[in-house]
Amino acid sequence: MPKYTLQVNGQSRSVDVAADTPLLWVLRDHLELVGTKFGCGIGQCGACTIHVNGVPSRSCMMPVSTVGRMKITTIEGLAVSATKLHPVQQAWSELDVAQCGYCQAGQIMTAAALLKDNPKPTDEDIDGAMAGNLCRCGTYMRIRAGIKLAATLTPATGGAQ
Amino acid sequence: MNAPLLSRPVGRRDFLKFTGLAGGGFALAFYIRSGNDAVAAASAASATADFAPNAFVRITTAGKVTIVSKQPEMGQGVKTSLPMIIAEQLEVPFKDIAIEQGDFDLKKYGNQGAGGSNSTPNNYDSFHLVGATVRTMLVDAAAQTWGVPASECRAEKATVIHTSGKKLTYGQLAAKAATLPVPEKSAVTLKQPKDFKLLGTRVAQYDTPAIVTGKPLFGIDVKLPGMLYAVYEKCPAFGGKVVSANLDQIKTLPGVKDAFILAGNDKVKELVPGVAIIADSTWAAMSARKQLKIVWDEGKVATESWDGFVAQAKEKAAQPGARVLRKDGDPDAALAGAAKVVEANYVYPFISHANLEPQNTTAHWKDGVMEIWSPTQIPTIGTGMVNRVLGIPPEKIILHLNRAGGGFGRRIGADYLIEAAAIAQKVNAPVKLTWSREDDMKHDQYRPGGLHFLKGGIDAKGKVVAWKNHFFTFGEGGSPGSGGSLNADEFPGRWIANYQADQTMFDTGWPMGPWRAPGSCVFPWVFHSFIDELAHAGGRDPLELRLEILGDKDEMPAGTPASGAKGKQNAAPYNVARMRNVLKFAAEKAGWGKKKFAKGSGAGLAFHFSHRGYFAQVAEVTVTKDGELKVDRFVTGADIGAQVVNLSGAENQVEGSVLDGLCVLKSQEINIERGRVVQGNFDDYPLMRITEAPAKVETYFLSTNYPTTGLGEPALPPVAPAICNAIFAATGKRIRQMPLSRVDLRWS
Repeated sequence: MPKYTLQVNGQSRSVDVAADTPLLWVLRDHLELVGTKFGCGIGQCGACTIHVNGVPSRSCMMPVSTVGRMKITTIEGLAVSATKLHPVQQAWSELDVAQCGYCQAGQIMTAAALLKDNPKPTDEDIDGAMAGNLCRCGTYMRIRAGIKLAATLTPATGGAQ
Repeated sequence: MNAPLLSRPVGRRDFLKFTGLAGGGFALAFYIRSGNDAVAAASAASATADFAPNAFVRITTAGKVTIVSKQPEMGQGVKTSLPMIIAEQLEVPFKDIAIEQGDFDLKKYGNQGAGGSNSTPNNYDSFHLVGATVRTMLVDAAAQTWGVPASECRAEKATVIHTSGKKLTYGQLAAKAATLPVPEKSAVTLKQPKDFKLLGTRVAQYDTPAIVTGKPLFGIDVKLPGMLYAVYEKCPAFGGKVVSANLDQIKTLPGVKDAFILAGNDKVKELVPGVAIIADSTWAAMSARKQLKIVWDEGKVATESWDGFVAQAKEKAAQPGARVLRKDGDPDAALAGAAKVVEANYVYPFISHANLEPQNTTAHWKDGVMEIWSPTQIPTIGTGMVNRVLGIPPEKIILHLNRAGGGFGRRIGADYLIEAAAIAQKVNAPVKLTWSREDDMKHDQYRPGGLHFLKGGIDAKGKVVAWKNHFFTFGEGGSPGSGGSLNADEFPGRWIANYQADQTMFDTGWPMGPWRAPGSCVFPWVFHSFIDELAHAGGRDPLELRLEILGDKDEMPAGTPASGAKGKQNAAPYNVARMRNVLKFAAEKAGWGKKKFAKGSGAGLAFHFSHRGYFAQVAEVTVTKDGELKVDRFVTGADIGAQVVNLSGAENQVEGSVLDGLCVLKSQEINIERGRVVQGNFDDYPLMRITEAPAKVETYFLSTNYPTTGLGEPALPPVAPAICNAIFAATGKRIRQMPLSRVDLRWS
């Protein structure tokens, strides 16, 4: 099987996998990064959202062979440091956004990307940016509030982008 | 008046104390037992064998306080809220407590099932007693150490303080406390609600740090050394069997370790026949699956379709039902004599649970022991199935409970668990079974659809004088599916003098199972919509007519539930006063009747009692001329008794229920054709997106002098009718079909 060297959360990681393996399953099965979740496999739910060169992307739809040297950030690499969470993670914690929590890694990754591009999003901006991430438990009210709170917190300076 | 803390007798319960349980450290461990006092002195070993303890507190000499959470966590918040009760009484800051998920252990913890919104009411009083008893022993230990009366000591922030100012921490007291006898209940003073500092506040879920940083937490995250990965293909038609499969070819594919057929046990909700593929990664297994060629014997269910049953129902609607669930007075005569008669037919489809975490389980068969890791709601269902289907004795089954990515009743079923265990029996390694989204949608245990053919009569003043319903439901194996049986006591049965409910069932081979608020999640949509029709027909205000129907009596006794009634908690006497009060409360919070709405906007309301909770809700909606629905504001009035445990979790459950109810109303539909499900993924079974969420959701708790009850379910049932009644107020369009994606809401 071909060998790929990926740039994940600021580290080089090598894997031997089939070329068509979606990045999602490389992360989950081969790199022990299970924070990125499998929900639908067809890019509909957003549970598998990661950053690829800073852009929120569906890892379930991205064959590992197309990743190359692009910089991958997963939920495990989003925090500014081991002791300082990303503002979105802080806001999610403070507002107790999650119910089951399964979709939240994807929600947080999409929200973090939104705030990077648009530090003071309007309600419409938030709904527009988050529309690709499903939450079966119905935490959308708190997701909106969480993004607004995160926008008031110190912007992240670090994180493995 | 203060609500009584222990509103129900705890019963013949006592505590047993064990020492030295934490490896190396000296610890106090307390169990609640339900045996008699004579056995209280039994040894630890026999205690674990004989009793059904339901709580576990550990305090080490280093002062670390650990609470074991015995109930499975699936987003309903029990891993946080139930330990909060113990922490409140124990006087330990919540942030300093470690919470561990207990493994399945019937002897140690008793009932570990999570469902029916029962976790809070079933544990509330006993958890108060657990916390208070442990605190009492620590105070006694300090008093004895100092040689002072215990009455001169108090507990605060994991420390016992004497009136002189002397202090000892719980860690310093743990060893001494462990030597003391467990006090009688009469010697334990419970902290009273007026002194609560933690209960009723907002506490973030204990697992929040792990959730926001992506730590392994869920069943699907389990990874064991040497673990293999499985997928399992079942017949698209329910009940279908494998005739043959190209196993030899599959076994040659990259990464594939094995492929085999499981014959199943002929039960559509247990071990369903299929083909397993075992590989060295999830993707290798999924890729190989695409090459599968299976010859199926589809069986007789493959002739059954939803549309066919609907056509039959329409033909039979005017005939008497197969069963009369309830008949009061003379409905036919009352209809004949009514000033006005309204007739309407309501229909709703089957729906799926669609937990975002697809079903999965990891199992390891080794040396005659089946060790299982699973996100399951009711552990005994899965272990019982493993015992029955695979013949493994209960003592050889180990089950670890993983956080579940959503429950909603789906994980009460254990079909995925038995599949994993059956596969593991043929694999010489730990193996994780992961369902695809399509597996999940096509092999769910569905909330049954139904049709109601209603006639209502009102008198000249608009009073409801007659009600007749011919309800068509769906069953499996001769009984209605879960939630598909109309309770004879279901509102407005018992309240209308001339009332009749008939039920006709179509028997199918389709799997059905509990879906959030089974037996309540959809009936109120029909009945509160129809009450609204009657209100408008009689020129009555929808709130005022509902209050008239509820009447002046404070309690409506339980009637005679027909067989197949939906459960004792719902057949309990109906506290009409609580419902009236919460209805008025919600209406007042919403400003019912005080707002003027432009055409295209309007308000609607509904109420329901289920799962021990009394709920009334008001929706304010806008429907654009081109038919787009926006919920502008949604107000919930809730009476779940005296005490909200965790306000953050409580509000989250209500908000989630409101969004769930709206989601089901808008778009959820499982269609069954030729015995198989048409939908397969979120592209044809759309869940609600953030853009469709209400602009504002408000939740108000009405504290009442009743036992504290649960919140996973009872906020959902009135959501859809409140919204549909608001749609009528906004547009004049009466919604008699779910989902709304099938309804034209345009107006001009």
